[in-house]
Amino acid sequence: MGTDSKLGRSNKRSGFFRKIGNSFSEFGKRFVDGSIGTKLSHFIFGAGSFYHGQIIKGLIFLLIQVGILAVMIFCPSINNTPYGWKALVNLSLKNVFEGGEFDPLTGEMAVGSDCKLMILFGFVTIALIFIYFIVWSINIASSYKADNDKKVGKKPTTFKDDLKELLDGKFHVLMLTPTCIAATVFTILPTIFMISLAFTTYNQQDMHNLGTNLFHWNGFQNFISVFTGEGSLGFEIKNRFLPVLGWTFIWAIFATLTCYFGGIILALLINKKDLKAKKLFRTLFILTIAVPQFISLLAVRNLLGEYGPINSLLQSIGWTSAPIGFLGLKATDSEILAKIMVIVINMWVGIPYTMLMTSGILMNIPSDLYEAARVDGASTLKMFFKITLPYVIFVTTPYLISSFVGNINSFNTIYLLTGGGPAYPGYQAGGTDLLVTWLYKVTIDQGSYNTGAVIGIFTFLITATITLITYRRSKAYNEEDTFQ
Amino acid sequence: MMNDISKKKVASQSRNRRISLAVTYTVLVILAIVWLIPLLWIFLSAFRCEYQADGTFIGRVTSNFFPRAIGFENFRLLFTKTYYGVDRAFLKWILNTLVIAVIDCIISTFLVLSVAYCIAKLKFKLRKAFMNITMILGLFPGFMSMIAIYFLLKSIGLTGNPTHPEYSLVGLVLAYSAGAGLGFQIAKGFFDVIPNALVESAKLDGCTNFKVFWKIILPLAKPIIIYQALMSFTGPWMDFIFAKVIIGADNAAYWTVSVGLYSMLFGTHPDTNLFTQFAAGCVIVAIPIVTLFMFLQKYYVEGVTAGAVKG
Repeated sequence: MGTDSKLGRSNKRSGFFRKIGNSFSEFGKRFVDGSIGTKLSHFIFGAGSFYHGQIIKGLIFLLIQVGILAVMIFCPSINNTPYGWKALVNLSLKNVFEGGEFDPLTGEMAVGSDCKLMILFGFVTIALIFIYFIVWSINIASSYKADNDKKVGKKPTTFKDDLKELLDGKFHVLMLTPTCIAATVFTILPTIFMISLAFTTYNQQDMHNLGTNLFHWNGFQNFISVFTGEGSLGFEIKNRFLPVLGWTFIWAIFATLTCYFGGIILALLINKKDLKAKKLFRTLFILTIAVPQFISLLAVRNLLGEYGPINSLLQSIGWTSAPIGFLGLKATDSEILAKIMVIVINMWVGIPYTMLMTSGILMNIPSDLYEAARVDGASTLKMFFKITLPYVIFVTTPYLISSFVGNINSFNTIYLLTGGGPAYPGYQAGGTDLLVTWLYKVTIDQGSYNTGAVIGIFTFLITATITLITYRRSKAYNEEDTFQ
Repeated sequence: MMNDISKKKVASQSRNRRISLAVTYTVLVILAIVWLIPLLWIFLSAFRCEYQADGTFIGRVTSNFFPRAIGFENFRLLFTKTYYGVDRAFLKWILNTLVIAVIDCIISTFLVLSVAYCIAKLKFKLRKAFMNITMILGLFPGFMSMIAIYFLLKSIGLTGNPTHPEYSLVGLVLAYSAGAGLGFQIAKGFFDVIPNALVESAKLDGCTNFKVFWKIILPLAKPIIIYQALMSFTGPWMDFIFAKVIIGADNAAYWTVSVGLYSMLFGTHPDTNLFTQFAAGCVIVAIPIVTLFMFLQKYYVEGVTAGAVKG
């Protein structure tokens, strides 16, 4: 079995290299075998299409080539930061072009430069180069296909034919292109940009102390100072990373399990035979899902606040003499209490959701399973542990994983309830801060973008490891194709 | 003799059942009360209309759960007052949010459906690669890209634009809807269970892929369309953090309603006397959303259940 899978893997790998090799030889073949049009297409986009009389298609290819080349050569600039080849030079954050003008004399970065835009535009330019080569290969393939059509006596496709094909055989291209473009610009590019900030000195506090608005690449220095504790970045991360990480895990485990089992129990109660007003109860609990979270969480926060009704009730019945800081809003409040409170309040938020989800699943459990168990004299509790629970867990494993990852990244609950408090004087991360709320404070409130990026990369590594280990082994992933 | 015993057994069984039913009722009623108390409190606070002896309005959090006097003063203030230097700010916030929500709803639903259909029902070269990349992107904390999106939008003038501050609404719509197509998993789970035979027989009859999608899949997909539309429409009403970062703290006239309400409690000038007005705003936001949810409950539950089983 083991050797089999190894063999399979090495086959896969050699298959991958063969594919690359094939595509190279394919290019060579096209250049040698192709018509004049195909040969010209290697240098002028759309030449092949013009050669075959596909004017509109050719114009589209040509326009893309001219457009991208123009950007690369003329370097249009926004906010004094250029795109194009200058952006590639600027990406070094050394000897940069300011305002689109080259200043070789100083060799120093001009004070007005905007380093973050330089990085951003550098990556945009790299993306443009990628697009250039993708269109290049599409344009050659298109011309080569028209060559072959001619060889077998068919007419090259017209623009109308191509459009029709877009609605049928190439329908996925039409449907996925908007998402691919949008995701590249608004998800992939920003993610790469933020990752890259982890390798820079972009920390507004430090920059302010040095009296500069410029930053530079500094390699893995930020990751090293996490362990040595150097600088403002290392100090914060070295002393607070492990406590925050530990709490993030404790939080995620408790938040996931309490809501999960609480939801199953609530669903069992509501779905109990002979119970009337099922729908009414279900609707009441859905109400907390429907009310926007920032409203319900802020309501709870104020309800439990220093001057709120709960504290005054506790004082008037004499249980406490001074208001209790349930949510750790002051540095002197109890950290343990705040931690317990956020987990409990999170149950209030999360249980109705699991209840809704499991209700449907509970109704799907074959009732003859229970009847058989009842004939054998099994108690209700036994039936719950032997039939209901295994069935529900089996069906909802993917949900459990995704809700665990979701809880690691659960921003709203913590930020709105405790704001991360009780605070640790001198540090950004408080007692109930998760990695994400810490990331938010460090970047948005403090402007320590490199620290935030380092925390973000750590968070990604954790969630990615958990997901890849559990999810890739799950049935839902491996048998995904069975529906196809 | 035998009959007697079994009768007794039945009687005791039914008594047990009745007791357990009564216990269930009690537990459920208590839980329902616990679940509703915070919401009830916000609702009551919205109608609280108490004055101090010197005639000043009490708008802060007070220790009494039930208001001592009831009125519509908070709502009147909310709709007429100037907040953060913006005249009738609350009305503007509601309008901003409505416009954003409608546009986001249309774009997001379209993107999600088109991606989900392709992944579920079409075979093409990069299908698996697309799914894997989406999964990996989903693992990065959303805030990491949020800050970069802010820089990006700012560099093209779609936020923080001194001459056209209203462009930041366009920026926010882009930020909300651009990534929507990557959240196709629930809709894909729905399309997966539509039998392939249906698609194939239509193709044999000469239908193009577009026709299959338009004439066969979409009419069947009503529940998932409604679910996606509901989710993307309610999103902008619920999110406050993305809107806060993208639109910025200075542009109070272009905030969404959640940013505005949040700022009433935690803004740059937190005014502790705004709590009851905050509560009134919450009631106004929550009522339409809760009504939508209640009407479309069936579809919501369907979507949630599909998501649970398919991950």
